[in-house]
Amino acid sequence: MTVTTPNGFTLDNSGKRVVVDPVTRIEGHLRVEVNLDENNVIRNAVSTGTMWRGLEVILRGRDPRDAWAFTERICGVCTGTHALTSVRAVEDALGIDIPENANSIRNLMQLTLQAHDHLVHFYHLHALDWVDVVSALKADPKATSELAQSISPWPLSSPGYFRDIKARLTRFVESGQLGPFMNGYWGSPAYKLPPEANLMAVAHYLEALDFQKEIVKIHTVYGGKNPHPNWLVGGMPCTINVHDTGAVGAINMERLNLVSSIIDQTIAFIDQVYLPDLKAIASFYKDWTYGGGLSSQSVLSYGDIPEHANDDSDANLLLPRGAIINGDLNTIHPVDVRDPEQIQEFVDHSWFRYADESKGLHPWDGVTEPNFVLGPNAKGSKTYIEAIDENAKYSWIKAPRWRGHAMEVGPLARWVIGYAQGRPEFKEPVDKLLTDLGLPLTALFSTLGRTAARGLEASWAAHQMRHFQDKLVANIKAGDTATANTRKWEPRTWPRRARGVGTTEAPRGALGHWVSIERGKIDNYQAVVPTTWNGSPRDPQGNIGAYEAALLNTPLAKAEEPLEILRTLHSFDPCLACSTHVISPDGSPLTEIRVR
Amino acid sequence: MPTSDTFYSQFRRAGISRRTFLHFCGVSAATLGLAPTMAGRIAHALETKPRTPVIWLHGLECTCCSESFIRSAHPLASDVVLSMISLDYDDLIMASAGHQAEAILDDIRTRYRGQYILAVEGNAPLGQDGMSCFIAGRPFHAQLKEMAADCAAVIAWGSCASWGCVQAARPNPTQATPIDEIVRDKPVIKVPGCPPIAEVMTGVLTYMLTFERLPELDRQGRPKMFYGQRIHDKCYRRPHFDAGQYVERFDDEGARKGYCLYKVGCKGPTTYNACSTVRWNDGVSFPIQSGHGCIGCSEKGFWDKGGFYQHVTDTHVFGVEANADRVGLAAVGGVGAAIGAHAAYSSYRRGKQSVDAQTTTSSPTAKHPHETTGN
Repeated sequence: MTVTTPNGFTLDNSGKRVVVDPVTRIEGHLRVEVNLDENNVIRNAVSTGTMWRGLEVILRGRDPRDAWAFTERICGVCTGTHALTSVRAVEDALGIDIPENANSIRNLMQLTLQAHDHLVHFYHLHALDWVDVVSALKADPKATSELAQSISPWPLSSPGYFRDIKARLTRFVESGQLGPFMNGYWGSPAYKLPPEANLMAVAHYLEALDFQKEIVKIHTVYGGKNPHPNWLVGGMPCTINVHDTGAVGAINMERLNLVSSIIDQTIAFIDQVYLPDLKAIASFYKDWTYGGGLSSQSVLSYGDIPEHANDDSDANLLLPRGAIINGDLNTIHPVDVRDPEQIQEFVDHSWFRYADESKGLHPWDGVTEPNFVLGPNAKGSKTYIEAIDENAKYSWIKAPRWRGHAMEVGPLARWVIGYAQGRPEFKEPVDKLLTDLGLPLTALFSTLGRTAARGLEASWAAHQMRHFQDKLVANIKAGDTATANTRKWEPRTWPRRARGVGTTEAPRGALGHWVSIERGKIDNYQAVVPTTWNGSPRDPQGNIGAYEAALLNTPLAKAEEPLEILRTLHSFDPCLACSTHVISPDGSPLTEIRVR
Repeated sequence: MPTSDTFYSQFRRAGISRRTFLHFCGVSAATLGLAPTMAGRIAHALETKPRTPVIWLHGLECTCCSESFIRSAHPLASDVVLSMISLDYDDLIMASAGHQAEAILDDIRTRYRGQYILAVEGNAPLGQDGMSCFIAGRPFHAQLKEMAADCAAVIAWGSCASWGCVQAARPNPTQATPIDEIVRDKPVIKVPGCPPIAEVMTGVLTYMLTFERLPELDRQGRPKMFYGQRIHDKCYRRPHFDAGQYVERFDDEGARKGYCLYKVGCKGPTTYNACSTVRWNDGVSFPIQSGHGCIGCSEKGFWDKGGFYQHVTDTHVFGVEANADRVGLAAVGGVGAAIGAHAAYSSYRRGKQSVDAQTTTSSPTAKHPHETTGN
């Protein structure tokens, strides 16, 4: 049957159904089903979130000062970003200002995450969609060295270096124990890189794995550990003491120097390894223009990285805030996360229950009650699903909409909005990359464009880390060493009722937490996260979400190998632990307890 | 014809010298808290064994354990994955997906029956027919039970697998259930923490490979080598606790001087973990060193033990070498009273000393009264 969705996509579910479950190299659990036509082109796509954790119901009745620690555990990959969103929401509710140093340190934490997460995503979650590890065994180390040296001044590029990497890889493969590379799609015609580019990428896969652990040490300095560093309502828990006794237990000169050194290394690695690799790999896939989905029509960003503390105006945010709809890049719509008409979540295709499922609810009024049922056309059983029925409820992810529109969020959304605003820090790197690759602007709206925007953003973030570290030092030099405001620390100083909202731009996109506080405890907590936007199922009008839209019309080289599906899904960097949530407004038990 | 390979031959073929290899063995011995003579045994073990298959499953979790694992500095995660184990299934990093991924589980289960390690990150929800977490269309607990049936041992990574962690906090809406309550006929080694320290994770794994035995566990199923002592016992701020010097509010004078965080909620006195000795991210810091109290993330049910900024009142603080088993037997009420009394006494002493200090600052020889009084 063929239908056209209100957001302009044609779906045909009559062809062969292919199921990918689990979708691997993502955070959490995701299932995708597609229908292929006779040419193995995707004509229908169904994205199903397959996990649900119920964190928000757990938050009810807790101390709002503790909420950051609970919500941080929503995701250990984008670690810290939920904690930051949470402390912002609580501070917004209680009217707490933070010191300028705390703002700089929080930005450093968030930018460290952006740089780290994007790097790990590119090499360890996404690269194997483009890089054929087995082909690297055929590479000539000398030619690989020439390739590497032609694109970057990165010093690890000698023929001997690549010879060693090739030898290590060869022995690994010959051992017969292929570990994580077992049953990969090696040799598929969908892989386009020459052996030398594959070997270079494998070398950098290993280098990036060793290097990523250095970047996060910035979290360890300011937050005590990574993953899951510590945060504080009212500022940051670390203190600054550069002059006096006790400096060992605080941010002192040695700690500042350590952070500074890591920032330099991070800038070098991203600019000399990540970006050149991205460009080199992209140059072999210029003809693979699929996966644009919603990116050319509807994108959303809440904005982030405030230059100054306690100023949430658009002009103070270094990452842009705004919405683009219907592909009109000339109009950036203002976004107000408090407006009940703007952000709403729908559940008629999700495993939750509303009183009236034709309507959406703003997060401050959010209701979630689980309701796991399969549609009449599902195949298999309730505990052994062979095929999903997408005309009924089919995902643990809700369907958020902005003024009724399905939106894409993430690095590409941020960069498209920044580009459309004409801001040079976004426009110039995009134009340069496109020019170097000989591609038009429309090429940005694709799987590859999403992957490229992430790389450009990693570089942007690394350089902004330098900015905020220097700003922190300058502020200390000017005599300001405060990191926390504790004037409203005690609950007796709080209003009896309060509600607030906090937003960030997580690595994967727009993230918001909405909190209501009553008599010093959390009364209601709602998170709408990036993967809820991108991995959204259909809404009552039939609009499809970003994953489903991006998969459409993509040809598969082999119907039985989901390489192209993985490629496009990975370009969003899915995070499923983040994407599902629950709250019951009346506090009634949500589940029937069964003991096995 | 593919053949199985040993650590040492992998090292040699990777161009790593025997000298470097032996140095690695020495560092591993030190990390594990073993005598230097054990380095020889580690070297011998790594030279002669094929890589052990590891199946790493993910249930309800946030993936912080995997993220922590790849932060390991000694050994490097890349060396663990390429040279020490054969990480045959881990849906976070594996190349294949869908049917090709699931086929690996059957393959390893058959080919390495009783020989592979089952590493589990996250736990299994039993609510909603187990379908709050499903993989390949089936509940996670079904996959877990099948793979556990033929494994050698289970490693329960992190607090999710060990205790239930955040999704099992009250009221546990998905009925998230820890691994040892589902897998009952295999040894389950709990490596709790949210997440565990990277080098503790790789330390436990290399210990098992090297000595071909399970680590010695405490009553709660945790390796004694890393979870035998409380954070408080080895905390570098412990002298401030003993001297009654406390942070009263975040970012106060005491905080800047690195005083004890007990009064702003530090759970170090009740938390068994290696944070204050191994520290985090290659030894850079740990929560207390960076100004926040320990939240007790490796302890069972730590989410439901009161707020993170409330004082702990239920521990035994004076016996530094007490272990978890013995504290579990201690009279909790009396201990709580003891720590409260100590805090009160020491803050009295501190107040007294600052009065004393004020009275002596007029003398030029007593410019730093806190140093002279041992503060």
